[in-house]
Amino acid sequence: MAGMSPLSAAADVAAGIRPAQRRPPGEPSRMSRTGRRWAVPVAILVLWQVLAVVGLLPRSSFPSPADVLQAWWTWAAGPRIALAWYSGTWVPYMLLSLRRVVIGFTIAAGGGIGLGVLIGWYAAVDDLFDGVINFMRSIPMTAWLPFAVFFFGIHEPAALFLIALGSFFPIVVNAAAGTKQTPRLLIRAALMLGTKPQRLLVRVVIPSALPSIFTGLRVGLGLAWVLVIVAEMLAVQGGLGYALWSAYQFDRLDLIIAAILSVGTLGLSSDRLLRALSNRVLRWQTGL
Amino acid sequence: MIVFIVFEDVCKCYYDIRERQEVVALDDVSLGITQGEFATVIGPSGCGKTTLLNLVAGFEPPTSGRVLIEGCAITGPGPDRGVVFQEYALFPWLTTRQNVEYGLLERRVPAEDARERTDQYLRLVGLAGWENRYPHELSGGMRQRAALARVLVNQPKILLMDEPFAAVDAQTRAILQRELVRLWELSGQTVLFITHSVEEAVLLGDRVIAMTARPGRIKAAIPIELLRPRDPTSPEFNAYRRDIQDLVGAEIPAAQESGVDGRVAPGRFTLS
Repeated sequence: MAGMSPLSAAADVAAGIRPAQRRPPGEPSRMSRTGRRWAVPVAILVLWQVLAVVGLLPRSSFPSPADVLQAWWTWAAGPRIALAWYSGTWVPYMLLSLRRVVIGFTIAAGGGIGLGVLIGWYAAVDDLFDGVINFMRSIPMTAWLPFAVFFFGIHEPAALFLIALGSFFPIVVNAAAGTKQTPRLLIRAALMLGTKPQRLLVRVVIPSALPSIFTGLRVGLGLAWVLVIVAEMLAVQGGLGYALWSAYQFDRLDLIIAAILSVGTLGLSSDRLLRALSNRVLRWQTGL
Repeated sequence: MIVFIVFEDVCKCYYDIRERQEVVALDDVSLGITQGEFATVIGPSGCGKTTLLNLVAGFEPPTSGRVLIEGCAITGPGPDRGVVFQEYALFPWLTTRQNVEYGLLERRVPAEDARERTDQYLRLVGLAGWENRYPHELSGGMRQRAALARVLVNQPKILLMDEPFAAVDAQTRAILQRELVRLWELSGQTVLFITHSVEEAVLLGDRVIAMTARPGRIKAAIPIELLRPRDPTSPEFNAYRRDIQDLVGAEIPAAQESGVDGRVAPGRFTLS
């Protein structure tokens, strides 16, 4: 084969080259886009502080952003005192909630992806589990809380059970849907190129289902944060949900707000992390 | 001459879920293709051209009759029969190089040999320099070249092509057609090439196999006795073209009557 002239690719070269990303005229610059993204949160904060300062929000019943920040500071950096859940406990509580989410979500991801792929690929597994999963999926996850506490007591496993069960369903459903949508053409192509039928799952089906699997993981992770707060408010000791409920019981709206914002920040950060991982794994998809 | 691929009284029926009835795609097809032959198959849309190819590829079994390769019945798809699909069917999660290398690695060719052969075939189809792009970053013509390289690198005995150039622009198509003939002349592979273009069928084929409208039968097999490279503007070429156009054109009313592509206007059938 050596010595043959290669195909002329001139036309394709022209078609394939992508111009450097440049801002078309009339498009805002990167700076002003960042500015726009922060505009609304900053405006809310400023408005809130102004309303508090001029006295439109009664200071006794509604804290200003500065009050919240101060309470948060004590919560995070204050000294640890026995029984004072509001001082110096933010880091251990945050880590406790994070740990519960990570463990519960990991169990859900492992089980959900595994079972989902099998449901999508083997009709027999689909027949066995489809009905059960769809029934269980339609039960609001919070309804499982009494069951979990009855079964596990007010101990760690109750929270982990609730989190794992809740995030399991979106993961399993998306993994199964993605697997079922594997293009028949790609399966034929793989067989034609010499892939053994028993290798199709690894070679074609799972890579092709990855975008769906990641969608399920992101929904599942969001639910894991919902459920860790529910479990901590009602079932187990410690964690941001526990602090949130304690703050309510002690009439501390400043700490309620601080706890809400903490959960929001953690949820957003973990989603960002998962999205970064997804973008890396699904590099082949960018721009598709 | 050795008869290489044999269709023996082949019928293929499908159950059409939407129409809720049996559809006969191929009806009593008998055909022999000799070793090293470039056979083009032409016929109206829905006449079973692709079914013919799928049977040889081993994607589907015949309902009755037999399809043999070198006297052996086909049991399933395999790398001895390379298929180039109209929709490319590259793996979107693999780069151009990984796509071309795929078949070699699946058959446990040592990584170094695989890399070398992949490089060779990437050069051959003019994709050197595009190894690390993903399929969606390539133009249609480049994707089809990658799909061709992915199959050729396995050095299949039979090349099955299902309207491979239908989705690329006219200029790229002309280049790809020329290069395909050049590669075929070098390799001596047996080619079964499906097309809906009479010109393409005459340009490429040693023999043009014209099919009837559904249910698909072999209407005629016309040897093209023109030297290569062929000149599509020559009177001889045009004589073939006219004859085959008439053969296929006569099938279009039947194709519409049988409900195949009944939704589209007659102008849809571009046969030139």
